[in-house]
Amino acid sequence: MTNTTVRTDADATYDCRQVFAEELITLAREDPRVVAVCNDSVGSSNLTGFRAEFPDRLINVGIAEQDLVGVGAGLANGGMIPFVSAAGPFLTGRALEQIKADCAYSGHKVVLCGQSPGMAYGELGPTHHSVEDLSWLRAVADLPVLVPTDREQTRAAIRWAYAFEGPCYLRVPRFKVPDVIPPDAPFGPGRSVTLREGTDATVIAIGTLVSRALAAAGALAAEGISVRVLNTPFVDPLDEAAVLSAAAETGALVVAEEATLSGGLGAAVASLVGQHRPVPLRLLGVTGFAPTGDASYLLEHFGLTADGIRQAVHEVLAMSSSAV
Amino acid sequence: MLTADHAVAARYRELRQATRDGRPEAAEELLRNMSAEVRVRIVRMIDAAQLGHIGGDLSVTDILVTLFGAVLDVDPEHPRSPGRDRFVLSKGHCAAALYSTLAHCGYFADKELDTFMAPLSALNGHPNRRKVPGVETNTGPLGHGFPVAVGSALAARLTGGNWRTVVVLGDGEMQEGSNWEAAMTAGHHGLSSLTAVVDRNRLQQGARTEDTKTLEPLADKWTAFGWETRVVDGHDHTALLAAFGPSTDGRPVAVIADTIKGKGVSFMEDRVEWHHKVPDKQQVQAAIEELSR
Repeated sequence: MTNTTVRTDADATYDCRQVFAEELITLAREDPRVVAVCNDSVGSSNLTGFRAEFPDRLINVGIAEQDLVGVGAGLANGGMIPFVSAAGPFLTGRALEQIKADCAYSGHKVVLCGQSPGMAYGELGPTHHSVEDLSWLRAVADLPVLVPTDREQTRAAIRWAYAFEGPCYLRVPRFKVPDVIPPDAPFGPGRSVTLREGTDATVIAIGTLVSRALAAAGALAAEGISVRVLNTPFVDPLDEAAVLSAAAETGALVVAEEATLSGGLGAAVASLVGQHRPVPLRLLGVTGFAPTGDASYLLEHFGLTADGIRQAVHEVLAMSSSAV
Repeated sequence: MLTADHAVAARYRELRQATRDGRPEAAEELLRNMSAEVRVRIVRMIDAAQLGHIGGDLSVTDILVTLFGAVLDVDPEHPRSPGRDRFVLSKGHCAAALYSTLAHCGYFADKELDTFMAPLSALNGHPNRRKVPGVETNTGPLGHGFPVAVGSALAARLTGGNWRTVVVLGDGEMQEGSNWEAAMTAGHHGLSSLTAVVDRNRLQQGARTEDTKTLEPLADKWTAFGWETRVVDGHDHTALLAAFGPSTDGRPVAVIADTIKGKGVSFMEDRVEWHHKVPDKQQVQAAIEELSR
């Protein structure tokens, strides 16, 4: 286990799409099989640099997401390594059956890149929010689901997806976050990262919620409460051993994600600990369609903040003590 | 994953040689015989499984037989050879016709066909590329195979590969929007190595296509999407062979194959109820007798 603190100035935050673009170009230079496929999203997928260097290897199918994913599967069948990139809601919602049948069930190695995930498109509204992606894709067999947190983990996710033998889905973060994952952190299916040790409770967090979980743990430490912070970039397959250890060793869990509570990471954790190690549990996420507001506002609206996490830890500790 | 039947694959190589190098009349006779055997096997499979889509299986048979018997550059003993021609059955519910054809070519042993849709069989009701050699992508939900075929043709272009890609679509399936997305992509890119064949039997599950949602003028639609369009008798092997010739002008090729649902079994022909009705024992006997003539 690694025990670390935030290694960058918390004021410095980054949009991970730049890393996505850089890493994809690096891979394309190394391997002629790497192609990018998009749906009129060259700009929003940050693929203009890729297109400039590899004009033939950027396939824009136009505004046609079902075709987008099917074409990706066909490119994989023809020996290419397609990175299929589109805004998360359209990639996973419109083309869900293509993801299931053409990629996962067929075993075509397609890297599905959900851009601007979660509520990153804030004011554009729930049509443009991708908060159901984790629920939908966790339900699809043979399809790892990755939610990288910061620049380093985004890079690791892209590298892993490139090397993996089958298809996978990964969120490409847009909402700016600080760098919080140590460069030597493990990255792989069923692997988690312990970002902070603790004994009284564990916060399991992904994506935008990781830096907020660390901030909550810092605030709770000042109150004399010791909180472990666990990051599970693989929502599926989950690091079940680490989650069950956290339940056993700290006795209370809070899960925080920028996704609907119906079926995402929280549901995965609840299913696991409910069956194997029941402990007091609070799930933080999105409920219902979001109101109008920018991404920061909406995270606050749903209590997806350091203070929201801090309060949830107090709640699970209260449940623990009342159960005794 | 099923494995090749080498003796049958050797016979298939001889058939391929004969249909490609011989006289057109000889090819016609060989393909007609193959169609008859494939059709009989389909009826026996559906009889054994008591499940299947017999009408569409019998309408698409001559298309599949012509492609595998004389057109596609494939090797059943090396089904994942990187330079192989790609064949995609987008109308995946006609899996029995595909399986019967693949077994006839030696992709796997004929006896496997007896397990069609039985518990734990590799031969599911819809084809699975992870279990059945010769299957390129898993189809079943309609409107899926065509975009995948477009991707395959794009990969050939990107890699300098000289394989061709052929996708067979149901006509009712052309009501799926994803197919028109794919048609537009292929037309835009001028994917001349791609051939799309529409099994135009004019019936879908519940009614005639034109009573459900009008497809005509179907050839004009394909042409408008940037395709070289050929309309052909889908039960005439010689005419199909000609229609499956390469693109003449750099556009992808659409072959609208006019067919009869239930072809070859008079009491099934052009009757909507035989979409997935299962024949009783007497009907099976009558069908096999008629197909064996």
